[in-house]
Amino acid sequence: MTPTEKIHSTRSLPRYRQVTLYGLTWSMPIVLWQLIFFIFPLIFLFVISFWLVKNYRMVPGFDSINWIKMFSKGYFWDAYWRTLGYAGVATIVTSVLAFPCAFALAFKVSPKVRRWALFFLIVPFFTSYLVRIYSWQIFLNDNGIFNKIFALVGLGPFQLLNNFFGTLVGYLTLCLPLAVVLQLISLANVDRTLIEAAHNLGCGRLRTVFQVIIPLAKIGIILGAVFTFILAFGDFVSPYYLGGSKPPTLSILIIDTTKSGQQWPRAAVVAIVMILTLLTIMFASVAAAYRKRT
Amino acid sequence: MTDSKKDEDRLKPQAAQPDTGRRKILKGAGAVTAASALSVPMILVPPRANAATELNMIAWYGHGEPDMVEEFEAMHNVKIKAKYYAGGDNMLALIAQSPPGTYDLILSDGEFVKLLKEAGYIDPMDPNEYNMGDLYDEYSHFDAHWMGDTLYSVIVRFGYLGVSFNSDIISPEEASDYNILWDSKLTGKVGHFDWHLPNLGCLSLRDGNNKPSPFDINSAQWSQLQETTLSLKPQVGGYFDYGGTFASLKNGEIYAMCGIGDWITGVVRKDGSPVDSVLPKQGGIQWTESYSIGKGSKKQDLAKEFIRYITSPKGQVRSIQMAAYPGMSPYKSGWTAINEANPEEAKRQRMTLDGPNCIDDLREGRIHFRQTPVQQSLEDWNDFWSEYKNA
Repeated sequence: MTPTEKIHSTRSLPRYRQVTLYGLTWSMPIVLWQLIFFIFPLIFLFVISFWLVKNYRMVPGFDSINWIKMFSKGYFWDAYWRTLGYAGVATIVTSVLAFPCAFALAFKVSPKVRRWALFFLIVPFFTSYLVRIYSWQIFLNDNGIFNKIFALVGLGPFQLLNNFFGTLVGYLTLCLPLAVVLQLISLANVDRTLIEAAHNLGCGRLRTVFQVIIPLAKIGIILGAVFTFILAFGDFVSPYYLGGSKPPTLSILIIDTTKSGQQWPRAAVVAIVMILTLLTIMFASVAAAYRKRT
Repeated sequence: MTDSKKDEDRLKPQAAQPDTGRRKILKGAGAVTAASALSVPMILVPPRANAATELNMIAWYGHGEPDMVEEFEAMHNVKIKAKYYAGGDNMLALIAQSPPGTYDLILSDGEFVKLLKEAGYIDPMDPNEYNMGDLYDEYSHFDAHWMGDTLYSVIVRFGYLGVSFNSDIISPEEASDYNILWDSKLTGKVGHFDWHLPNLGCLSLRDGNNKPSPFDINSAQWSQLQETTLSLKPQVGGYFDYGGTFASLKNGEIYAMCGIGDWITGVVRKDGSPVDSVLPKQGGIQWTESYSIGKGSKKQDLAKEFIRYITSPKGQVRSIQMAAYPGMSPYKSGWTAINEANPEEAKRQRMTLDGPNCIDDLREGRIHFRQTPVQQSLEDWNDFWSEYKNA
């Protein structure tokens, strides 16, 4: 066990705790919340995936036709792998861009600057995401602000809208501030004495970052990445309004499926596949975040 | 003066008396509080005699906005409460999820009236109660609204769908042929309003499927239409909803679109953007909007009154210039009224009383009614549209 892990293991709480009525009472709101707003709707979603639509009306039943139809469509799998790829790229780009920013705020600036930076990272959430995405169109379109600036130096025009680049800008708008905040919280809690110890033992700056700081802050870094993946995977706004729905993601496919023919049961199939994918990735990531080195 | 104000005034001299004790102040404050509390409901709730009746409408966005209904509301002391939908499928689903009688007025596209009738959502209508005699011949017995000899919907407005374009890039002559969409100068600049029916209808016309209708095609024609549509894919810059269509045409991101018309470009042009719509030589698609009375409505008389109002010259002037999206009038008196009220708009929408006008296009057989596919299922068309988007 490394010295770092020893310190953490001594600080960690006992593994098994007795469940008391007091503890149970205080944990009830979250349990009820999850039951009412997650578990029950999830069960209902699963049930309606077996219903049928007749004359634009859902008819209760038990028919696997919706699952067979969706799984046999090439466009469903195309959209699935594409959405997975988009969310993966968004996660990597967001995490890589967020880390230097969070690192600088955690170690290189005064507490006052850090507080202001935190404030400015939270401020974007005060405005509607949709409004922020629409405002990006003004910057990114062919006659937009960026292309006007490029034109001043004899470059462009570049196609920045209605493609994956546009979608990625939207994902970053949604996720980057959150990823920075999560990484910052983790980095700010890294024990400075361990960094000094690494330096005293002759560890270089870069090596300290990769072998001391990142392992110590990995929970925040992984949680930031997981949130980014979840938000990007389910996002409808960016791929639709900045990506031009070209080609569509799973969330757009859900809209398409419900819009024509009111096929809510087939949309439920897509939604369940999305939820299962996200649950798998989330559990794997959280396990990786909290896994102890052997 | 209200009772609470009187109470306040009565309390003032008492409070000013030198022998005012704590008990008196508390008593006075209590009286003021009680009087205020009692008077609040009187302020918030208008007198019963003036209470407005509520008329529930389900419609495309814009039909329940003040520019369309404020005059009628004032005339009849009624409040129109609109539930908006986006597309006929959405409308049918919303009605299906509501108890019978929820909607007094149902605004529908022509192709969905039959479905509304079959589902039992609308009541038959007496043509003698409406301005049917004022309609142009082409609309006096509009097939989509009549089931045999029974009327189920009264037309309010219509419009055409063809090619919409950026006039700085494409001339009206170039846009008058659907083949312009494959032109190299439009690579990545062709947009789609994200609904398969008008898009595939227009592209079907491009393939020459105009007899009997671009929506009534056999399997060979359907295969050809799929091939034609897929060949357009490299040209496509995006698929947009209502707001996205506006934005992409306005900011110059998209140069041409098929399957939309003046109902979009008419609004974008008002903002000064160089966009226009034309009917290509291969023909165009027609949309219509009409009002039906919801089955189970308890305010049928008021609903009928509204339909009579919106189809009257005054109502038609409002409908033609509706802020959300313009539409043409099928009523002769509507044409006369708009030519008097706003000749510019009448000219722009080609509702001119002398010379060529929009009804001529119908008479020449260039316009085809938008309808659900006849020989294929709606699901087939929808599935193909999803495949096309993913191609």
